Amino acid sequence: MIGLLQNLIDALSLGSIYALTALGIGLLFGILRLINFAHGDFITIGAYALIVPSADVTARMLIGDFNIALMLPAIALIVIVAALLTDALVFRPLRRSSPPTLMIGSFAVSYIIQNAVLMMYGSRPKAINLWSDANTQVIIGDLRVPMLQVITLVVTLALMAGLSVFLKKSRYGVQMRAAAEDFRMAQYLGVRGNFVIGLAFAISGILASAVALLYVTQSGSLSHTMGVPLALFAFVAVVIGGMGSLVGAVVGGFLVGFIVTMLQAYLPPDLRAFRDAFAFAFVILVLLVRPAGLVPARNTVERV
Amino acid sequence: MKPLLEIDQIHVRYGDMTALRGVSITVAESEVVCVIGPNGAGKSTTLAAVAGGVKPFRGEVRLNGTAITGRAPERIAALGVSLVPEGRHIFGSLTVDENLAIGGYMRNDKAGVAADRARLLDLLPRLAERLHYPAGRLSGGEQQMLAIARAVMTRPRLLLVDEPSLGLAPKIVDQIYEILLDLRRRDGLTLLINEQSSNRILNHADRIHVLRAGVIQLEGRAEDLRDGDAIRHAYFGFGHQAPAAPAALEAAP
Repeated sequence: MIGLLQNLIDALSLGSIYALTALGIGLLFGILRLINFAHGDFITIGAYALIVPSADVTARMLIGDFNIALMLPAIALIVIVAALLTDALVFRPLRRSSPPTLMIGSFAVSYIIQNAVLMMYGSRPKAINLWSDANTQVIIGDLRVPMLQVITLVVTLALMAGLSVFLKKSRYGVQMRAAAEDFRMAQYLGVRGNFVIGLAFAISGILASAVALLYVTQSGSLSHTMGVPLALFAFVAVVIGGMGSLVGAVVGGFLVGFIVTMLQAYLPPDLRAFRDAFAFAFVILVLLVRPAGLVPARNTVERV
Repeated sequence: MKPLLEIDQIHVRYGDMTALRGVSITVAESEVVCVIGPNGAGKSTTLAAVAGGVKPFRGEVRLNGTAITGRAPERIAALGVSLVPEGRHIFGSLTVDENLAIGGYMRNDKAGVAADRARLLDLLPRLAERLHYPAGRLSGGEQQMLAIARAVMTRPRLLLVDEPSLGLAPKIVDQIYEILLDLRRRDGLTLLINEQSSNRILNHADRIHVLRAGVIQLEGRAEDLRDGDAIRHAYFGFGHQAPAAPAALEAAP
C-alpha cells in the first residue's frame, strides 16, 4: 500500500514535468499548427543558462548562484528571448507554410540549439547541484515524500492556474484563444497575428524555463540532449490528450507520467529495459480507441 | 463624391485556378452595394481581397483613395473594414460575450466599446440572454447575428457581409437584413453584401453587380434591374454558353 502511494507520488511529480512541457508544445500547436520539437531544447537552454559557459566537466554556477528572486526571472528571460528569436528567424519566414514544413523547421532549430550548446559547453554531461535542500524528505506516517516532488507539483499547479486565468480573463488571453480557434477570422477582427504568436512563444518559454529548473534539480545533471526525451514524451502526451486542446495536454502529461512510473515500478526486472516500448504500445492502444485523443479539441475535430 | 471603396481591376489566382479576372466595384459612403452570382463565381474571393485574406496578383484595392492591396488583414481591419464571412466563423469555444469583446479590442475608446456593446445587445436581445454561453451552442440564425454584431464592434466604416442568408430560414433572413439596414440608418454604415439570389436584395440594395466566372457580367441600380430579365441573363450567361438546365431555371432568382 505504502509502495503504491509512493509510486503515485512519483507519477504525479513526473507527470507534472511532462504536463508543463506538453502545455508549451500544445499552446504553440493551437495557434500556429506548429509541432515544436525544439521545445525540449528551450528547456536545455534554461538549464545551461545556470552555469558559466565553458567546456569544464564540473559546472560553475553563474545565474544559478543568484538570489532566487533574481534567478527565476533571469532564466525565464533568457528562454523567452531564445523562443522569440526562434520565431523571428525561423517560423516567421515560414508563416504561410504547411504544418509539416513547420515541424521540420522545428527539427532544424532543435539541432542548431543542441550544437550551439555543444560548442559552448562541451559534449560531456555535467553534474550540477541546484537547490540540494529540496531533496530532503517530508515524512508522513510511513510515507517519505521528497520535498522536491511537492515543490514540482505545487509549481505546476500554480503555473496552470496562472495560464488558465490569463487565457480566460485577460484581453490577450481571449485573443489567443480566438486565434487558436480561427486564426484568419481573428485577424479580420483586428487581432494582430504576429503579436499573438509572439505571446505564445513567450509563454512557452516561461513554461520551458520552469521545467528546466525543476528537472535539473531533480536529475542533478546537464547534457546538450537533455531536452529531447522530454519533448518526445510531452509530444506523446499532447497526442494522447488531443492535439490543440490544452486541457488534453495536461491530462496527457499526467497520464504519460503515470504510465511510465508504473511500468518502471511493476514491470518484471527483465523487461524494465523495454519500459518505453511498453509505454508507447499503450499510447497506440489509446489512439486506436480514441483517435482524436482523450479531450479532443473542438476546432480540430470540425476541420477534419 | 469620392467612393469609400474602389476595387480596381483585381485578378486573383489560387494555384492554377483563376478566381477573379479584372473585377471592379466601387462603393460610395453609406451606400448598400450587392454582388450576386452563383456558387464559385468569385464573390467570397472579392470580399477576401478587400479584407486582406487573399492578395490580388494584379489590380488594386483602395480605401478612401489609399491603396490597401496586400496589407495584413489586421491592418485593414484597423482602417475600418470588417468582414462577416460566409459560414460565420464564430469562435465556438468562446462565450458570446468574448466573441463580441474580440471585435472591440483594437479600439482605444473604452467608453465607446461599452456603449456599442450595450446598444447591440439591446438590438439583439437573444444574444443578451445568452452572453455567457459558448457561442458554438447558438442556433444558425443567432450565430449569424453574433457574427454581424462582432464585426460591428470594431466600429467599421465598411462592412463586408458574405451570404448572410445562407442556410437560414426566410424569417430569420428578414431579421438579419432588418439589423443590417438598421445599422446603416443609424451609423451611416456602408455595406457590401454577397448573395446568391437577387429576390430579396433588390429591395434593399442601392446598386447590384452580377458576378459569374470571375467577371462582372452586369451592374446597375437596383431599381433599374427590378424586372429581373437582365439579371437572369447575366447570372446564367444566356447567349454565351448553353442554356442552363430547366431544374436550375426553376431555382432561378
